[in-house]
Amino acid sequence: MLRVQGKAVHQCDSGWVPVFVDQEQSISLMSVGFLLEKPDEAVVWRGPKKNALIKQFVSDVAWGQLDYLVVDTPPGTSDEHMAVVDALRPYSPLGALVVTTPQAVSVGDVRRELTFCKKVGLRVIGVVENMSGFVCPHCEECTNIFSRGGGEELARHAGVPFLGSVPLDPELTRSLEEGRDFIQGFPESPAFPALSCIAQKILNEAPVGLS
Amino acid sequence: MEEVPHDCPGVSSAQAGRGASCQGCPNQGLCASGAAAAPDPAIEEIKEKMKTVKHKILVLSGKGGVGKSTFSAHLAHGLAEDENTQVALLDIDICGPSIPKIMGLEGEQVHQSGSGWSPVFLEDNLGVMSVGFLLSSPDDAVIWRGPKKNGMIKQFLRDVDWGEVDYLIVDTPPGTSDEHLSAVQYLAAAHIDGAVIITTPQEVSLQDVRKEINFCHKVKLPIIGVVENMSGFTCPKCQKESQIFLPTTGGAEVMCRDLKVPLLGKVPLDPRIGKSCDKGESFFAEAPDSPATLAYRSIIQNAELSWQPYLAFKN
Repeated sequence: MLRVQGKAVHQCDSGWVPVFVDQEQSISLMSVGFLLEKPDEAVVWRGPKKNALIKQFVSDVAWGQLDYLVVDTPPGTSDEHMAVVDALRPYSPLGALVVTTPQAVSVGDVRRELTFCKKVGLRVIGVVENMSGFVCPHCEECTNIFSRGGGEELARHAGVPFLGSVPLDPELTRSLEEGRDFIQGFPESPAFPALSCIAQKILNEAPVGLS
Repeated sequence: MEEVPHDCPGVSSAQAGRGASCQGCPNQGLCASGAAAAPDPAIEEIKEKMKTVKHKILVLSGKGGVGKSTFSAHLAHGLAEDENTQVALLDIDICGPSIPKIMGLEGEQVHQSGSGWSPVFLEDNLGVMSVGFLLSSPDDAVIWRGPKKNGMIKQFLRDVDWGEVDYLIVDTPPGTSDEHLSAVQYLAAAHIDGAVIITTPQEVSLQDVRKEINFCHKVKLPIIGVVENMSGFTCPKCQKESQIFLPTTGGAEVMCRDLKVPLLGKVPLDPRIGKSCDKGESFFAEAPDSPATLAYRSIIQNAELSWQPYLAFKN
């Protein structure tokens, strides 16, 4: 999604060097994807092996001076989630951004994710409702393909902030497919203001420069 | 269920019983002696149990959110339309058990009988089992590490009284980890017909499907075929089609051709699918003429061709 597939991870004195995704070197990335010999290789690991790698990603990568560390997780409330919460606990994480799609089946799982956060003492920054409506490019009619409003209702039920809804946008999918910067490429997209607004809310929570 | 330590190295690991985290574990002696690395007796027990189950189908996906549980549920609905076909749906997504909701069985409980746990029956010929039925609240989180999840899956396969079943459909979480390995390992001695893999059209999804296909090859699980979900959207107002999840590398069709696995079909987006699942109703009943319903039916027919030889035994 960030157009750095196939890059290699190198070692330096302070650990693994993360891969920079942009010329300005403002975004660096670490992923098990960089450690696979072939892109189609399946990582068929049980919990303990996954936990060990996650610990290494936190403690053995030479992240350098960072303003924000964003951790993308798989769905669920299992090994990976417990491992990363344990590994990051000494560093006082800002919290969790919990993403759902609007329909009840999705919200049904995400409720449990919020319980997980509570149980492990991880603050919830807020809930994002993704894939929230699709505006037909031909006639501008908005269809709620995956229903609407479930994310907002969930946030209310759980007493956590609702950060916003992001609509479906084929240009966003295309950008991710091509590894292009969506924010730069499609500022006119309906998804752009939604994503910007959410990012701004997080920046307001923890502006750069404040510890 | 046995308590396992937080950092259990795994019973078949070289560190089993010897690691620092093994201290105090009730199974430490067993692991240290190597007995735990021996084949699990449950495998034979499950083989016996599965003798009354004709066909076993795993539904897999590389990514989450591609419609795997929706497909599993509707495969079950579709097969159970014939009252003479006995269908069982097993949900082994321990952390995100969606099947009870999709099948309209939220809040149901599992009962014990002399012959084991009874599945929850939606119809006389359609039984369902999920960890969802064992949780008391919709907010309860299942915060379990691999070994405990594996124990649950073992129980589902060994201790549920499935009875005489024509099709056991196993809905899985996304990925290639504990749950998938356990399902394959515990069913090792009982024949699995194969796996249906669900994807959406974009390359980001297909990348994970290729890994899923490699997983199947690695564990010698036959692939019944791939289903491309969310394949195009027809606007209900202007009837023009849009691709939301763009098949930038040719979608599942090209991938299946390259990897020589069957493409069972493509299902278009239809807002009524999500609504039906939310209400716990069959989409086939809700929208019988939808292109999505027709696509599902065709996919089920194509999938049936792969277990055709076994139909001869049934008749």
